[in-house]
Amino acid sequence: MRVAFLGATKGMGRALARRMAERGDRLFLLGRSPEELERSARDLEARGGAEAGSVGTAPCDLLAPESFAPALAAAEGQLGGLDTVVVTAGLFASQEALEEDTQRRADLLMANFTGTVLFCEEARPRLLADGGGTLCVFSSVAGERGRKPVVLYGASKAGLSAYLEGLDHKFRAAGLVTVCVKPGFVKTGMTAGLDPPPFAGEPEGVATQVLKAIDTGRPVVYAPPMWRWVMLVIRGLPRAVMRRIGF
Amino acid sequence: MKRSKTPRLAGWGRLPRPGRAVLSEDLRRITEGAALTRGLGRSYGDSALPPPGVEEIPVSVLADRILAFDPESGWLRAEAGLSLQTLNRLMLPRGFWPPVVPGTHFVTLGGMVASDVHGKNHHVDGTFGRHVQALLMRLADDRLVECSPRVQPDLFHATLGGMGLTGHILEVEFTLRRVPSPWILGQTERVADIDEFVVKLRQAASEWPYTVGWIDCLSTGKRLGRGALICGRWATAQEAPSRFPKPKRPLSVPFVFPRWALSRPAVRAFNELYFRRYSRRKRRAIVHPESFFHPLDAIHHWNRIYGPRGFTQYQCVLPEGERPGAARRFLNELTRIGGASFLCVIKDCWAEGTGLLSFPRPGISIAVDLPVTDGTQRLVDALNDLVLSEGGRIYLTKDAFTRPEHFKAMEPRLAAFEAARDRWDPERRLASAQSARIFGDVVGKAGRGETEPAKSNTKETVQ
Repeated sequence: MRVAFLGATKGMGRALARRMAERGDRLFLLGRSPEELERSARDLEARGGAEAGSVGTAPCDLLAPESFAPALAAAEGQLGGLDTVVVTAGLFASQEALEEDTQRRADLLMANFTGTVLFCEEARPRLLADGGGTLCVFSSVAGERGRKPVVLYGASKAGLSAYLEGLDHKFRAAGLVTVCVKPGFVKTGMTAGLDPPPFAGEPEGVATQVLKAIDTGRPVVYAPPMWRWVMLVIRGLPRAVMRRIGF
Repeated sequence: MKRSKTPRLAGWGRLPRPGRAVLSEDLRRITEGAALTRGLGRSYGDSALPPPGVEEIPVSVLADRILAFDPESGWLRAEAGLSLQTLNRLMLPRGFWPPVVPGTHFVTLGGMVASDVHGKNHHVDGTFGRHVQALLMRLADDRLVECSPRVQPDLFHATLGGMGLTGHILEVEFTLRRVPSPWILGQTERVADIDEFVVKLRQAASEWPYTVGWIDCLSTGKRLGRGALICGRWATAQEAPSRFPKPKRPLSVPFVFPRWALSRPAVRAFNELYFRRYSRRKRRAIVHPESFFHPLDAIHHWNRIYGPRGFTQYQCVLPEGERPGAARRFLNELTRIGGASFLCVIKDCWAEGTGLLSFPRPGISIAVDLPVTDGTQRLVDALNDLVLSEGGRIYLTKDAFTRPEHFKAMEPRLAAFEAARDRWDPERRLASAQSARIFGDVVGKAGRGETEPAKSNTKETVQ
């Protein structure tokens, strides 16, 4: 499998990319920091037993849509085409931090929704032109319901989830499979410092689940799986209840 | 989401202290201004816990990338949070194994350097530090410095076994070894008593690259120090099974055992059964490398068996040269003062490493697990008195109870270590709960003139 990967340097993206590298998938890394990309590329080569230099990298920033086309073109060039595009990159901040900081708010909404959607739009024709493929994007369970602690973050992910569902409906017949991953609480650097709730997951477990979904073309993945049922309950709660609880 | 109570951290002995772990893939960022870096938290006592007044310490485990690997030579450079378990999972299938591994694979490379760990091959290969080729460190003043046996050698040697007190270890470089197969050819035999143990360990050292002994600590009299000698080497390609040893599926101790679970009769019964597993005659078998090197890793949370008060491990090395019989005198003292131990490990150590505070020295090393009771301090004091009179020393990585005066008397090298710290961290910004206890470190004490030194020290971690 030839994979262009935006967000492989950290967290769940790092775990997923490692799993792919270890089973022999060919990777091309996209991201903001050239140094971080290089370090992760060497790590993936060593883990996969691949030749040094075989994992390529290109700069790509969700806040800079003009970087998308050249980055994906570089990935296609090195890999000789693309089978899968993965996006795990995104921004997170607490609701309080976002309410206080205008710039941070704008960046988060831009990166998580507009930037990610524009990136997918850039990837879509490339995958379809190649006979189809898989677009795997990390959204969040925070997009399932408007909630007090994640008003802005949740909204950005709700929009993204809706986009990914529409994309899946429209293009699956043409060969483009969309996998929308909705992680619940997963213990990563991003959530370090928060107290993990029950059913908190590990990045490695999520990676296993997601890789299986990519292989089988499953359109929606809750990770860890328990969150499917947690969110079923949350979605069913009346507004009056949601308004009262802090969750 | 519930807010938890005061956050606490503990070593493997489950003796908690106030403290919070800060995790990030970006170890360089989170170590800025920090007092100490923690790895997988497998040191038993308080060496990976923050000193009093420091609320947060960075944890390295998310910084776990392999930065370079040469599949020809086995040369490797990796971020310090890479665990030995992951490294071996990746590299054993390719025919590589580290030159030295400790008794657990739940350690980070940084932790292996900071403790200058030794293993069953200490008699041939020394400590891990002997094989480290270079380190990238964040110093107390926040500079990043590369050191090696040739570049800044004083910093390098002070860092081997330096318990993280000379700087934050960010990257580690060493060379893995080729092994002829992924299996171990092991040999076990019963040993009748402690004197025979010392002799047999010495004999085995000339025949086997890996040796270790298990002692039944509850046997007394003629059976004092009876146990089993376990030797091994990598199996040749012809001897080894053609299949690869699958990673073991660990069991787990699901809850903290009640205190009576490790009562004297229970331990005695266990030890009797365990002893009988071994034959009087030498038995050879092909063994799974995980079972051979890391037998206790097969049971997650095994530290819970010691009950709600936790436990400590007492490990010392006793010179056997001038006054033979030190190991016997140690076991006699342990038995006399009632240190019933579930686990007791004996190993001969040979050459001392170059690390300024590295634990092993020529002699016999004995490690015993001691459940914490009201008498633990007294027990450790008595054992330390004996170790001191024998000219031996203790292993800081296991320690939670040794008094400063005992440690200072055991450690003639301490002055050289403190001199290295004076050069690289004159203000003592780096400290642990253990260094506060044993060396009397007060974070930021020297010359900073701050009223709240600890706070200013942790604030800088978030930038």
